[in-house]
Amino acid sequence: MSTGQRPISPHLQVYKPEFTSGLSIFHRITGVGLAAGTLLLVCWLFTVAGDGGAYGAMQAFWGSIVGRLLLLGWSFALFYHLCNGIRYLFWSAGKGFELATAQKSAMAVIVVSLALTLAAWIWGYASMGKL
Amino acid sequence: MSLRTDLGRVRGLGSAKEGAAHWWAQRLTAVALIPLLLWFVSSMICLVGADQAVARAWIAIPWVAVLLIVMCGAVFHHTQLGLQVVLEDYIHTEWLKITSIMLVKFAAIVLFAASAFAILKIAFAG
Repeated sequence: MSTGQRPISPHLQVYKPEFTSGLSIFHRITGVGLAAGTLLLVCWLFTVAGDGGAYGAMQAFWGSIVGRLLLLGWSFALFYHLCNGIRYLFWSAGKGFELATAQKSAMAVIVVSLALTLAAWIWGYASMGKL
Repeated sequence: MSLRTDLGRVRGLGSAKEGAAHWWAQRLTAVALIPLLLWFVSSMICLVGADQAVARAWIAIPWVAVLLIVMCGAVFHHTQLGLQVVLEDYIHTEWLKITSIMLVKFAAIVLFAASAFAILKIAFAG
């Protein structure tokens, strides 16, 4: 079977960027970011399992401005990937493909993931007694 | 030489030659991660600012340790499936693509083993 001369699918740059395609690309970006974040999960587990010095240093780092900004980015990436992932699960079930529905669910994903991030941080500061 | 027709060979398998196995595993782990990650993130928020003894005591609770290991398994499986697709899409040099996919899969297994080890170490040390 010859496959050499077949036409291939046009790549992204020939399509006009749309709101919904932006979400799709952001899903991928947050996925890669979260993959890097799994290293943090492993580090955290090892510092908790370790003998104390590393845990204190890790806590101090996450309390710093840079640490907090990283956590803010990761928490939003996680909630976004989670919400948009649920949207994709509906698509996998064959539901919600109509353009109007897809645009509404896209907006819902952004609003809900921002709200969840905000709620998580308010809860976090409240549990530390800093609110 | 196979006597099967081209159509017969590819039917149900698609261009990736593995059918829907990758697609299905991605979604299976996604569904599992919805409750697991909501639970994990809430727990992490409760542990904000906690000292090491408190974090250890939480992980050492038997059902917590088991769920954490399950979560790590789902996280690393889902992650390597997703990164594989990204690498397949953007790397067009065949040997580099295959090598990087291998490295991602090896790394996922090592990181899962490392996290399971840390969790069990805490759980068994009490």
